[in-house]
Amino acid sequence: MKIAIASNGNTLESTLDLSFGRCAYFIIYDSESKAMEFIPNPNRDLEEGAGPASVNIIASRNTNKIISSEFGVKIKPLLDSLKIQMIVLKEPTKTIQQIINMLNH
Amino acid sequence: MSPRIKVLRKVLSPPIIKGFKPYGLQAGQQHPEVVNLLYEEYEALRLSDYDKLNHHQASIMMGVSRPTFTRIYGSALQKVAKAMVEGRQISIEGGKVYFDSDWYQCSNCHCYFNNPQKDIVVENCPLCGHDQINQFDFANESEDDHPTNCEDFCVCPGCGFEKKHRFGDPCNQQTCPECNHLMIRKKSTDPKKQKN
Repeated sequence: MKIAIASNGNTLESTLDLSFGRCAYFIIYDSESKAMEFIPNPNRDLEEGAGPASVNIIASRNTNKIISSEFGVKIKPLLDSLKIQMIVLKEPTKTIQQIINMLNH
Repeated sequence: MSPRIKVLRKVLSPPIIKGFKPYGLQAGQQHPEVVNLLYEEYEALRLSDYDKLNHHQASIMMGVSRPTFTRIYGSALQKVAKAMVEGRQISIEGGKVYFDSDWYQCSNCHCYFNNPQKDIVVENCPLCGHDQINQFDFANESEDDHPTNCEDFCVCPGCGFEKKHRFGDPCNQQTCPECNHLMIRKKSTDPKKQKN
């Protein structure tokens, strides 16, 4: 299963980004092979429509879940129709390493 | 000028079939074109005639105003009637809708998550795997989010019991917990509000 995490950096010590559409990096984590892919977000500086554009990137990687601290109003119906699960984690201090450890429970 | 943009309608889940076909010798011969029933019209029929809600309750479920719901429902009936009388096929597709999903909260890691696959029951938190999860109630959360929504108080005319007015809950439909009188709104001290 592939899980996307919205991160504000490209290391394991980076933390969750405060927004999904305009986060710095997407991390695609494969829970079976434990592989990780860091994708820089090209939509960071978009004035409008960053969320839907980011959903496109995530969906093209066949992701099942997205972890972020915030989701915009435009992408909720999109993710619902794509059947991607949203996980809202309101702890901006958590590092990517901690989140991956939680996922491996 | 372009028409006003439609509000997204909330649909609980898509219909289990894609449409209906007439049968019999004359089926589809006179009018081969298909009647396109929109998702929102299907949902209006389901809420109003299958779940037997009234239009006001159903409009809240779909996140539109009551008059809009009645228009959607009217157009649904019109299309179904047209398909039946003229022997046309009905295809259910399209419409400005989104599909609603349930939200849960994990009591271990305090994350919120939704369940996009309705046929699977959620038992564990997808993040930490903990099994103590609660169905998330939007009504409680919205009160925390907007604590200053309404500064008024509900007051009991019998015993003078007061409680903070909750936005969207009419005072005169609530009873006093002390003496079971119906509550009324306390006169506002704000001179601007008294004018209205």
